[in-house]
Amino acid sequence: MPDTGIGAAVRRKEDFRFIKGRGKYTDDIVLPNMTYAAFVRSPHAHATINGIDSSAAEAAEGFVAVLTAADFAAFGGLPCGWQVIGKNEEPMIEPKHPILAEGKVRHVGDPVAVVIAETKAQAQAAAELVSVDYTEHDAVIDMTAALRGGASVHDEAPNNQCYDWEIGDRAVVDAEFEKAHHVTTLELINNRLVPNAMEPRCAIGDYDQATGEHTLYSTTQNPHVIRLLMGAFVLQIPEHKLRVYAPDVGGGFGSKIYHYAEEAAMTVAAKLLGRPVKWTSDRTEAFLSDAHARDHVTKVELALDADGKFLALREFTLANMGAYLSTFAPSIPTYLHATLLAGQYTTPVIYAEVKAVFTNTVPVDAYRGAGRPEATFLLERIVDKAASEMGIDPIDIRRKNFIQPDQFPYDTPVALTYDTGDFEAVLSSGLAASDWAGFEARRQEAASRGKLRGIGISCYIEACGIAPSNVAGALGARAGLYECATVRVNPTGSISVLTGSHSHGQGHETVFAQLVHEKLGVDIESVDIVHGDTNKIPFGMGTYGSRSIAVGGVALANALDKVVSKATKIAAHLMEASADDIVFENGAFKVAGTDKEVGFGDVALTAYVPHNYPLEELEPGLEETAFYDPKNFTFPSGSYICEVEIDPDTGVTDIVSFHASDDFGNVINPMIVEGQVHGGLVQGIGQALYENTTYDSNGQLVSGSYMDYCMPRADDVPNFTIDHQVTACTHNVLGVKGCGEAGAIGSPPAVINAIVNALKDYGVEHIDMPATPAKVWAAIHGGQKQAAE
Amino acid sequence: MPKVSMTINGKSVSGEVESRTLLVDFLREGQRLTGTHVGCDTSQCGACVVHVNGVSAKSCTMLAVQADGADVTTIEGLANGDDLHPMQAAFRENHGLQCGFCTPGMIMSAVDLAKRNSDPSETEIREWLEGNICRCTGYHNIVKSIKAGAQAMRG
Repeated sequence: MPDTGIGAAVRRKEDFRFIKGRGKYTDDIVLPNMTYAAFVRSPHAHATINGIDSSAAEAAEGFVAVLTAADFAAFGGLPCGWQVIGKNEEPMIEPKHPILAEGKVRHVGDPVAVVIAETKAQAQAAAELVSVDYTEHDAVIDMTAALRGGASVHDEAPNNQCYDWEIGDRAVVDAEFEKAHHVTTLELINNRLVPNAMEPRCAIGDYDQATGEHTLYSTTQNPHVIRLLMGAFVLQIPEHKLRVYAPDVGGGFGSKIYHYAEEAAMTVAAKLLGRPVKWTSDRTEAFLSDAHARDHVTKVELALDADGKFLALREFTLANMGAYLSTFAPSIPTYLHATLLAGQYTTPVIYAEVKAVFTNTVPVDAYRGAGRPEATFLLERIVDKAASEMGIDPIDIRRKNFIQPDQFPYDTPVALTYDTGDFEAVLSSGLAASDWAGFEARRQEAASRGKLRGIGISCYIEACGIAPSNVAGALGARAGLYECATVRVNPTGSISVLTGSHSHGQGHETVFAQLVHEKLGVDIESVDIVHGDTNKIPFGMGTYGSRSIAVGGVALANALDKVVSKATKIAAHLMEASADDIVFENGAFKVAGTDKEVGFGDVALTAYVPHNYPLEELEPGLEETAFYDPKNFTFPSGSYICEVEIDPDTGVTDIVSFHASDDFGNVINPMIVEGQVHGGLVQGIGQALYENTTYDSNGQLVSGSYMDYCMPRADDVPNFTIDHQVTACTHNVLGVKGCGEAGAIGSPPAVINAIVNALKDYGVEHIDMPATPAKVWAAIHGGQKQAAE
Repeated sequence: MPKVSMTINGKSVSGEVESRTLLVDFLREGQRLTGTHVGCDTSQCGACVVHVNGVSAKSCTMLAVQADGADVTTIEGLANGDDLHPMQAAFRENHGLQCGFCTPGMIMSAVDLAKRNSDPSETEIREWLEGNICRCTGYHNIVKSIKAGAQAMRG
């Protein structure tokens, strides 16, 4: 019998429907009498809407209705879930984010109208017949230019600044820089990305005239959050009359967290028309309407003493918000970013200033890593640059500044307290696995073939398992970030787990079942993990921020403990013993010191057929709910080592090996954890080498399809080698840290450090992402080749 | 409206379609075979791959009328009742899927590769997959799955 408990590489239960083509994704859903919607979107980055003429559309075949901003006048705008207060207690500027554009369009893709017809093709055809009269304005695209004034995206922000935020004591940090032996400076860009989950977004609105219940089927990562945001803040639908159902969802990576206009529009349309309405994004539409990612322009400086010890770090960043504030956007470059600037190091003082800027581009929000890739990139790049400038080995400089195991729990100067970690362990393991020591020989061998080899390291730490609600609230979050699990034991012993977590690829149906098996001894085939439907699940905050195991899994563990506690009392009664004498192991309750035992299944049945039962003291039934609010973030860490070989004639970078050494605390299913790391690594490599979101000066999205936006493919990336070190999380009962985002956080600087290393003879100090062949070639041929020693 | 007839997963079907109807839409909407997915609009992602007359084809880049008279196999037709096709089993065994959205196209594409090249190398697999994009797995386990699936198909 294969092990199906904690630590086992259990093959996934959910796979069967996916490999057979029987997954149920939102676009697969067909409702009786359903209509189809197509959005009319702005072709201009910045324009006034003078008028909308839908007469031609209304005469089109299959036309049912057209809605514009006027039809949504009674409703609120899309809410922002996190308020940032900047310098001098100034709250961020929070312009309205209307469901459909009101009076002005502010990015190419901004929705102006929605046309509904009998078929999808008819809706698309009719949408093209809607004629909008625009007066174009200058587009605000470059952030530095935006802040200087001139055109403004929103009247409330004349210089396009949303907030000017800081963390740390500027005077103290500046003083350290004044007396430093060495200061390293780096200007860099963290390039804008488009998340591009393979399943395009889809929303179906439905309204039951008989009961007054709305249903929204949506490709969301967090159905309860959508129910709360849309119900309470946008459409004023009481929660008990609004069901949000996210069936199988094909990837999210953050892009499917937000409450989008299309969800509200479908919900409103369905009630208006008395028929279900479905909208499915196509890929170009996704480029123009899914939240984009990253997009920081940064200057970072590191102050060091003569031995290479870090004295202080300061960062100045412009962070692009896009044209409107997306749901979590303001928090990403602030609380999810600057709080990681200590990295694995003991840097005593840190200062960061972040200015968030509105531009006439698609809104920007969290994407795998959300602020932490940006922090890790600038930190691991400047550490490498400082090492190079001071003639210190890049491994030695890191070791010299590591937080040591006896310093945990470690209070960083940027608000977070790391619970535990062993940075030397992941580093040593990574160096050995990647044969760092043998690199020079490989470099020379490659040189004999005319190729340039480089090796680069990234030592990352990140904060996930989002989040302790009181901390988040103090920092401006407008929601709690606990998680909820109900364990429902059915009379014949099967288990239904109702979880607020949502799997859109992460494998919860298997991993959570492993936790149930470990605790209760029940076969995982008898455990059903239910997620995605607000009608079935009490509450939840959904899946993002690598929180499912660290928050959702712990909520489940706590609910399982409550089940065992009650079941123990029932078993005690059945065996006429005291509950204190009962031991529960291997799925059976035993009276300690005897051979009396009763199985979990018998206890379950007894709970529901309570004939021999302590009814005076205990209610029948066996179902327990736990809400778990984490005490802290969790802090995965690791060392990633990337080795590249560059062809100087073409600038093409080949990744010849990539090793990931991670500490995720305890691991429930190592197969799934490795899969998460692989996926994150390729997204990070995609950012480093291939992906870029390009706007021209008129605000046209030049990279608006897979023709122009380079998605990494199988032959662009190598096999990976992976190992785990374990320092168990100290503040949750499972000792888990989570693993979903680490790959995307740690990998970009490893890749760029490797490329800079490969090009060091050409005097290349930095190369911005994506390090395309053209950029690498230009760096080689533009740089001065140093004499070989 | 043109009438189109074809065999899908061994069953004869026919229907009226608009000339412009894509094969993928005929499968998903006309035949309610929703295992074949649409992931892009420029024929790159491969989520729509099916077999037409035994050869993998992107069903988003074919008109339904072009498949008139053809023998079409979709992901739903791969298993033999409850018995998984060895390539399907290999994807599960090797964790070659996460969200599952690219998976039908990946598996159909992989089966075609394995039929042409019964023992593909890692390089050959990665190059073959140029027409199949995955955002979840990082490809590492997909390559492993295809290697194992091809071996299982060899028997």
